[in-house]
Amino acid sequence: MDSGSAEGSGFSAMEDYESLIATTDAELLKRSWRNEKAAPEILQFETSLVQRSREQIQLMEETLEEFTRSGIDPLIVSLYQMDVDRTLFLLRSYLRTRLQKIEKHMFHVQKTTELWNRLSRQEQKFAKRSVEDIEQHFEQSVLSKLPDRYKSHLKQSIISEEDDMVPEPPLDTFVICRSKSFLGSFQLDDSGEEKPVDLEADDLYALRYMSIKPLVQSGQIDLV
Amino acid sequence: MFLLASRYCGTWNRDTYIDLEFSMIQLEFLSEDEMVEIVPNMTMDPLNLISGDFGPFRPQIATQVPLWLAMALKKRGKCTIRPPEWLSVEKLTQVLEAERDSERFFQPLPFHYVEISRLLFDHARDDIPDVYMVRSLIEDIKDVRFHKIGTGLEIISERTHALKLKNLSAMEVNIVRPFVVRALQTFYDLDSPEMLQESDRRANRRPQAADHGPKRQLRPGR
Repeated sequence: MDSGSAEGSGFSAMEDYESLIATTDAELLKRSWRNEKAAPEILQFETSLVQRSREQIQLMEETLEEFTRSGIDPLIVSLYQMDVDRTLFLLRSYLRTRLQKIEKHMFHVQKTTELWNRLSRQEQKFAKRSVEDIEQHFEQSVLSKLPDRYKSHLKQSIISEEDDMVPEPPLDTFVICRSKSFLGSFQLDDSGEEKPVDLEADDLYALRYMSIKPLVQSGQIDLV
Repeated sequence: MFLLASRYCGTWNRDTYIDLEFSMIQLEFLSEDEMVEIVPNMTMDPLNLISGDFGPFRPQIATQVPLWLAMALKKRGKCTIRPPEWLSVEKLTQVLEAERDSERFFQPLPFHYVEISRLLFDHARDDIPDVYMVRSLIEDIKDVRFHKIGTGLEIISERTHALKLKNLSAMEVNIVRPFVVRALQTFYDLDSPEMLQESDRRANRRPQAADHGPKRQLRPGR
């Protein structure tokens, strides 16, 4: 796991493991966790990464049972245990952050196909159940008692053109990010009003999430 | 301090703001994956962990392990930790001087320098030569940088569409994030073309409609 990028000052060699060509699953999980925590909307579910991490954790836990049974040095056992705990934390936090986002924007997620497709099957089940529960709750406690034109949980009243009671994630919020490689003349917004900027590799920038959305998805830019 | 002008009622995008921060504990967690050199005083077989393979461990033979592993071993008296090259009186004095000399730029430091130094001070104090001096240098560096961040952020104005935060560390980024995000967002909202159209329309209707209230200056001097 030597983070050895020889270029640049001695300081940058310490933590530049992103530049390694082959990244381990542990690194990928960490990166997915960081991006998910920092992004305003829900990102693509990393199905195979989560699956592999789950398997590794399970394997490790079985190994640990073996160790304790065969009386291996408790120090070694505790070190393996710490490693498992750390990986479990990352995995759990990743899943929990996603659930948080789904809960916050459940109606929006349900009606936007692009977002719906980013959920895992279990998350979709969760979202559906949540939506049904909340709908029922709204219905029983408030909506059934309102005048006829205002009974929808999606629209303020039946004359609203859009579903204006559905909160959406703020996609144009600013995020702090880092690009893996140099991006010259990067266009900040569609209207062409703003001058394009150069994004140096490994430098931190505060930009609008909208402008970098596709680059985050492709893995070119990491959120911090 | 600054106007939090929300858009027309009916769309509440800004209010569904999710807390995007990392807690200090989570930052520390991230920093514990940084590699550090240890000198074991025992023999142990290689560890094949999910995070990677480390070891084998032989007495007096230095090896690289992640910080969390180093601290676990240190706590049980199984090794000493070699402080990283940048954590020395000599290097830090240079950094401090350079920080003081430059008003706008930050010196390159490890991204997790705050967390790493704190963890080492807490758990491996005896492995750091001149530890009190080192600690006070780190504190001074932190202070100078913080001050610089404060003055550096004053450049945010209505013309700021992106901000470069070169060489900021993880903890500094985390602390500054809420302010930067809100400030840039507010300027962006106030700068949006719809806002300008609104104020233009109001300006044109003013002679006829007397009940629009006092004119609000959205941008000083315009």
